Amino acid sequence: MGRVAFHGVTKRFGDAVAVDDLTLEVEDQEFLVLLGPSGCGKTTALRMLAGLDEPTSGTIEIGSRIVNGVEPKLRDVAMVFQSYALYPHMSVRKNIEFPLKSRRVPSSERRALVDEAARAVGLEDLMERKPGQLSGGQRQRVALARAIVRRPQVFLMDEPLSNLDAKLRVQTRAELIELQRRLATTVVYVTHDQVEAMTMGDRIAIMNAGRLQQIAPPQEVYARPANLFVARFIGNPPMNTVTGRVVDDGFELPGGVVPGASGTLDAMKARGIAEVVIGVRPEHLRVDADGIVPATVTVIESLGHERHVICRLVDGQMIIVRQASDVVPPAEGQTVRLTTDPANLHLFDAQTGERLDLGLVGADGPAAELAGS
Amino acid sequence: MAIESAVPFSATVDVAEPVTTTVAEPPNRGLAKKILWYALLTFIALVIFFPIYISVVNSLLKPDQIARRPPSFFPSHPQWSSYSKAWSQGHLGKFLLNSAIVTGIIVAFEVGLSIVAAYAFAFLEFPFKRTLFTVFLATLMIPFEVTIATNLDTIVKLNAYNTYVGLAMPFLATGFGAFLLRQAFLQLPKDLKDAAALDGYGHLRFLTRVVIPLARPGIAALTVFAFLSAWNQYLWPLLVTKDQRLRTVQIGLGFLRAQQIDQVNVTFAGTVIAVIPLFLLLVVFQKQLVRGLTAGAVKG
Ligand SMILES: Nc1ncnc2c1ncn2[C@@H]1O[C@H](COP(=O)(O)OP(=O)(O)OP(=O)(O)O)[C@@H](O)[C@H]1O
Ligand SMILES: [Mg+2]
Repeated sequence: MGRVAFHGVTKRFGDAVAVDDLTLEVEDQEFLVLLGPSGCGKTTALRMLAGLDEPTSGTIEIGSRIVNGVEPKLRDVAMVFQSYALYPHMSVRKNIEFPLKSRRVPSSERRALVDEAARAVGLEDLMERKPGQLSGGQRQRVALARAIVRRPQVFLMDEPLSNLDAKLRVQTRAELIELQRRLATTVVYVTHDQVEAMTMGDRIAIMNAGRLQQIAPPQEVYARPANLFVARFIGNPPMNTVTGRVVDDGFELPGGVVPGASGTLDAMKARGIAEVVIGVRPEHLRVDADGIVPATVTVIESLGHERHVICRLVDGQMIIVRQASDVVPPAEGQTVRLTTDPANLHLFDAQTGERLDLGLVGADGPAAELAGS
Repeated sequence: MAIESAVPFSATVDVAEPVTTTVAEPPNRGLAKKILWYALLTFIALVIFFPIYISVVNSLLKPDQIARRPPSFFPSHPQWSSYSKAWSQGHLGKFLLNSAIVTGIIVAFEVGLSIVAAYAFAFLEFPFKRTLFTVFLATLMIPFEVTIATNLDTIVKLNAYNTYVGLAMPFLATGFGAFLLRQAFLQLPKDLKDAAALDGYGHLRFLTRVVIPLARPGIAALTVFAFLSAWNQYLWPLLVTKDQRLRTVQIGLGFLRAQQIDQVNVTFAGTVIAVIPLFLLLVVFQKQLVRGLTAGAVKG
C-alpha cells in the first residue's frame, strides 16, 4: 500500500546533476532514512517523491501507481519541511486543519480529526496560539500534526529535527519512531546526521553526489560498508583507512605487513589488484606489544566513558584507536604496536573504492560471514 | 581638531574607536541624543504641518483678514460659512463623487492587477520572466508627462474621451505596484508554496489564503500610494474631460479659485474639504502603512 519506488530517476538542474540514476524501493510501513552529506541530492529526491519537482528521467511509484506528472495533492503524501513551513497568520488549530479544508472534509469530522492529530503529538493546550508564539519543538509538532491529520500513505520528512537543540532531538527521535509504529505508515526521512539514521531507520540509503551508495539496515551499513565513502561516512570517529600494497604474504602497510590468506592474495593477483585500502574501525584496534603495525601516540582525548588515542604511522598517516576508559592508556609520545582481529578488517579496491569480498585471512574473514548469512 | 581635518588619514584612524566610546558613554549622553532627535523630528513635523494649519486658519478668516500683515495665526471669529459656500458654489459634492469613483476604479485595478502580476513574478516560472520583469521596471523610469500625448490620443481613439473610463484607464496597471508587491511576496518563505501545494491548494487559493493575508502591510502601502496619486491628479483629468459633470475635485478647486478670486477663504475651505478623505485614509491605514514602509528592514 504505502510502497515507494524510484526507477532510474535522474534530476538535472541545468548542467548540474542533483540525483543520478536513483533506483530504490521502500517497503510498506518501512522507516527509510536517506542519509548523505550536504548537497548530495536528498532533498531533491524527496521533492520528486512529493511532486514538487519532476524528474528529468526515470519513474517514481507510490503505492502501485506511477506518479510522474501527478499533482502533489493527489499523491497521498504529506511532508514535514525542515523549516516547518507553518502558516504564520493561522492558529495552531487552523494550521492543522488547513489540509482538510482543501479536501472539503465536513467541519464536524474535521474537528475530530484535528483534535486527534493534536493529541497524538501533545498539542492540545496550544491550539489557539500562532506559530510565532511557539518554541521550536512545539512548531515541529505542529508541522507533524499537519502531516498526520490527513492520514497519508507516505510521510516525507526533510531534516525535521535539525532546528531542535540536542536534548529535544533525542527525545523527539524516540517519539517519531513511536508515532510511525502507531500510525503504521511508510516514512522517508532525510537527514545528514548519522546518529539519527542509525537509531531511526529500518534501512538507511546513503547517497553521495546524487548517487546511491548503499541501502541496507543500519547494522549492515556499519558492519559491511559497500565502499570507501560509506565506510568513512558512517561511524564516529570514522573508520581508519590505510592504503597497502599487495605482497606475497599479505598487505604491506607503512611499518609492517598485515598477513593475508594465500587464497585471497591469489584472487587479487588474478584480478590484477596491486593495491588495496584496508579499513578498520577505531573500536576494533588494540594496543598490543605483539601488534603488527608500529605507531606513535600523539594525542589522547578522553570522553569520560571512552577514550580516543590518536596515533601516527611511520609515514605520518593518522590512526584513531577507541578504548574503553578502564583500559590502561598509553603515554603521549610513546611508540606502540597496533593489532586487530582479522575478522574486523575491511578491504576496498584502491582504484574504485568498492568493497572487496574475497575473504582476508581464511575462513574467519568477512567473506565467510557473507557466505554464512 | 583643525590639524586633523587637514590630514584626512588621521581623521579616519580616529573613527576606528567608537566601540570604546559607546561603552564608556555616560547615561546623560544617551538622553541628550534622544532630546536632540526629538527636537529635530518635532521641527520637521512642524514644518510639514504648518501649511496645513495655515490653510485651515485661512479658511476660517475673512478675505481681508487673510491679506492683512502680519498674518493672524488664530481665527478669533471663525467664519464657518466659507465651507458651505465652497460646498455649494464649487459643486464640491459632485466633484468629490467623481474623484471617489475614478480613484476607486484606479485603486481597485491597480492593487488587483499588481497582486496577480507580482504573484507571477514571485512564484511562477515562465519563459522570459527576467526580461519581462526588466521591462516592467523600465516603465518606472518613464515620467507620465512623456506619455501623456500618446495616452490622450489612445483614449480619444477608444472613444473614452470625457468618460470615467478615460480618466482611469492609464493608471489601471503600474509597474510600480507589481514591483512593490513582488518584493513583499519574495519575503515569504518559499516552503509555504510547497506546503500549500501538498495541502491541496492551487495558485488562486494559495494567493487568497496565504499570500494576501501575509503580505497585507505591503498591499496596504500600495493601496495608500495608489489612492494618493489618483486622488491628487490634476493634469490628466483636465486634459481628458471637457464636461463640467466629469471633473474631479482637484480641477474643481482650480475653478473655485478662479471663480472666487476675491474670496480666498472659500478656496481654502474647498482645499480643506478635498483633503479630508486623504486624512481619513491615512488614519485608517496608518498602522499598516508604517509596517509596510519598514517591512524588509526588520525581519521576523
Ligand atoms: N532548484 C535548484 N536549482 C539548481 N540547483 C539545485 C536546485 N535544487 C538543488 N540544486 C542542487 O542540487 C544538488 C542537491 O541539492 P539538495 O537540496 O537535494 O541537497 P541535500 O542533499 O538536500 O543537501 P542539504 O543536506 O544541504 O539539504 C545541490 O548541488 C544543489 O545545489
Ligand atoms: Mg536538503
